[in-house]
Amino acid sequence: MDLKVNGELRNLGEIDPRTPLLWVLRDELGLVGTKFGCGISQCGACTVLVGGQPVKSCSYPVSTVANAEVTTVEGLARSDGELNAVQQAWVDLDVAQCGYCQAGQIMAAEALLRANPNPGDDDIDQAMAPNLCRCGTYIRIREAVKVAAATRRSAAEASDAAE
Amino acid sequence: MTGLNYADIGDVVPIVTGERRVVADAYAPDDVRIGKLDRRQFLKLTGLVGGGLMLTFGTPKALAKGAVLQPNGYVKIDATGIVLYAKNPEIGQGVKTSLPMIIAEELDAAWDDVQVVQSPIDRETYGWQMAGGSTSIPGNWDPLRRAGAAARSMLVEAAAKRWGVEATSLSTRDSHVVHAASGRKLAYTELAAGAAAMDVPNPQSLTLKKRDQFRLIGKRITGVDNDALVRGEPLFGIDQMLPGMKYAVYQKCPAIGGKVASANLDAIKAMPGVHDAFVLEGNGNAMELLPGVAIVADNTFSAIQAKRALKVEWDESDASKDSWTHAKAEAERLRKESGPQVVNTGDVDAAFASSAKQASGFYTYHFVSHATLEPQNCTAWFKDGALELWAPTQTPAQGIGSAAKVVGVSPSKVTLHQLRCGGGFGRRLYNDFTCEAAAITKRAGVPIKLQWTREDDMAYDLYRAGGFHQMDGAVDENGKVTGWRDRFITFTNDGRRPVSGGGLGRGVFPAGLVDNVRLEQTALPWMNRCGAWRAPGSNVFAFVFQSFLDELAHAAGRDSLDVLLEVFGEPRQMGPRGMHTGRAAGVVKLAAKEAGWGRELADGRGMGIAFYYSHAGHIAEVAEVSVSDQKQVRVHKVTVAADVGPIVNLSGAENQMQGSVVDGLSTMTGLSVTFENGRVEQSNFDRYPMLRMPSTPEVAVHFVDSDYPPTGLGEPALPPLAPAVCNAIFAASGHRIRTLPISEEGFSLA
Repeated sequence: MDLKVNGELRNLGEIDPRTPLLWVLRDELGLVGTKFGCGISQCGACTVLVGGQPVKSCSYPVSTVANAEVTTVEGLARSDGELNAVQQAWVDLDVAQCGYCQAGQIMAAEALLRANPNPGDDDIDQAMAPNLCRCGTYIRIREAVKVAAATRRSAAEASDAAE
Repeated sequence: MTGLNYADIGDVVPIVTGERRVVADAYAPDDVRIGKLDRRQFLKLTGLVGGGLMLTFGTPKALAKGAVLQPNGYVKIDATGIVLYAKNPEIGQGVKTSLPMIIAEELDAAWDDVQVVQSPIDRETYGWQMAGGSTSIPGNWDPLRRAGAAARSMLVEAAAKRWGVEATSLSTRDSHVVHAASGRKLAYTELAAGAAAMDVPNPQSLTLKKRDQFRLIGKRITGVDNDALVRGEPLFGIDQMLPGMKYAVYQKCPAIGGKVASANLDAIKAMPGVHDAFVLEGNGNAMELLPGVAIVADNTFSAIQAKRALKVEWDESDASKDSWTHAKAEAERLRKESGPQVVNTGDVDAAFASSAKQASGFYTYHFVSHATLEPQNCTAWFKDGALELWAPTQTPAQGIGSAAKVVGVSPSKVTLHQLRCGGGFGRRLYNDFTCEAAAITKRAGVPIKLQWTREDDMAYDLYRAGGFHQMDGAVDENGKVTGWRDRFITFTNDGRRPVSGGGLGRGVFPAGLVDNVRLEQTALPWMNRCGAWRAPGSNVFAFVFQSFLDELAHAAGRDSLDVLLEVFGEPRQMGPRGMHTGRAAGVVKLAAKEAGWGRELADGRGMGIAFYYSHAGHIAEVAEVSVSDQKQVRVHKVTVAADVGPIVNLSGAENQMQGSVVDGLSTMTGLSVTFENGRVEQSNFDRYPMLRMPSTPEVAVHFVDSDYPPTGLGEPALPPLAPAVCNAIFAASGHRIRTLPISEEGFSLA
């Protein structure tokens, strides 16, 4: 079967259709930025976007992706390498400690900001609640989401002004 | 007890994990007996002869000739750039950034010019390389400064020679040597070839900067891996892939000590995607290789599917029968009987007889798991009599030694690549997963990645042991704490001594601070492995001691802050590695002031204060909480004050403090591992509910500007959190928490 990941069509050959998307990404496509944490949708380390929606790829059989577009953390930066607003905020605020959960956190934040460009504290807490951080970087994650939201809004205003 | 050997638990690991620090720092103003033991154990772990905490300076000779300046293992400069080596494992504590910052400061390199590279494991060059005990900063501060200063001095010499001027007329800044008199300036990269020809100076001859000359230390620097992290690059152990690599899982007996009697190996081998399946006998060492069934497959999913279909008949004749219910009943019985004394100072009985008020309480805390978010894993390749490992481990040297033993080769035939660890917290001090991967690749004859499932990770941890304390205390007619008795019921794995973090020592709080102190200790036999968990010992003792001190303050009708400060008494150093009562009082006063201690609070709100000294860090915390009628606790704010000497990376340091508060709160509110019939009852995060963002409080961090030598921050901010919150819950609700997690007493976090 084929899978559209980060804008590219990838052929998976013969694959057990029950294989969770997580293991397809990691083992078959070498996209190891998406992480394995619990295998039962409890920690969010495996969060990716399917059709723009955040899903727990550990519990998402590859056969159910169908024709939807999959976006992983590797697909966020621009083709020239420039980080997107969420990634840049994570670097600027030095969010990570061990960093293991952060790909999932970044994908959850990306999904939130695509749906809600100006989230309040409660919106952020609710959107990020499915994602565990064992090191306890929640305070910085919350702040980074706000910074990324502001960056995205000012970019959007600038592009509106240009038009 | 079975034939399992737990030697490494008691003999090797505690020393480096903080128990050494706990014993030496928190427990013992000057405990010679324990100190000696610890030194022996430390040497055993590191293999250093004549070594100690101070690492050697690396090899004081030029490591590379020609156009490359490499005066030691930490600095490499050539025409293309400046490379600094990070020697210790990065587990989230930030040392891959903070240790090179120390080198760069004395080198006078501009941080943007520096490329940081993780160093190889090389005892001769780097000495002791590990992550544990909050020791990376205090143990490397001086040697790394000198490593940077040595390279700087050679660059200055090279410039002096080139320009024909005195070296003393030159200065350095932002990766350049400058001759102010002539306005000339050369980049380090241009001078590297010339500098490489200079003699490497004696590190002790170098002049180091004064604190007010620091340009980098104390600044906020984002982690050196952050850019790669947010791009999802393969930094972690779990991300490694080798050509021809297979994916392995390993099933052990659910009750530790059980052996494989039979297994449906033929059926497993016939499953799609399965390459091989076989039994490993184990090597008798519970810390290295337990018996089990290995499955080697084409991908992780096939391996996990096969593991689910695996049917093993276990021989449990020697297996664990550990039961938390039974342990609790035993503790109930033992708390009424006196036990062996660890400490007995003054006249405790007289203090109680002459007391004006007394208080008593029976404190309990459950076992907990490390639950690193990256499950244990190791990539391994045994080929031509040599073993190569890609391992997320906190103790790489020990990992090499253990794996060499398991595959029967000399340690010189083992190469271990240290990789970023997705959390440590003490779990990865133990290299059982590395040993398993080594045994599996050797038997399978192919490179493999061993992947533990979350269920494996919960079932085969080295748990922070639970414990029980019957506390009794006495205050005199002035409200002064005069008597303190702790009847402690703990656990032992080896039948000889308490598990890591489960032993009281002579200097434990409040010995040396309260005149009459008696500590008794009885250990219950326990087969499931216990190990060091972030701030071993301190992470539970702080809860008991600082909660009970609050109980005594209330019994005396006094303010907890006043009692705490009175217990510290006059400013003094409590033994060479002990706490300083003046620094302790300083952080307590600072936390109280910043939190607004004593101000009027709304009904249902309360504040609690606690202090603990561990890992050479003096930390006080004030929690402000509200408690609902349904026992729902909202932690509004935690104010932290720390005296750990100068801060190296302000961003990383603050992150550690906030993370410690969140980790402490997460653990005290709902986390518990229970055992019945030798088995762990919790198998995944659905029954191990770690704290999530909506419950995260505001955390305000204040560092004391201090001239003491810098000390580590990975651990010491965690212990005071639980007692600060529990004391606040009492202030808000009148309910004294004596059991962790507090969910056991019906409380939950809003």
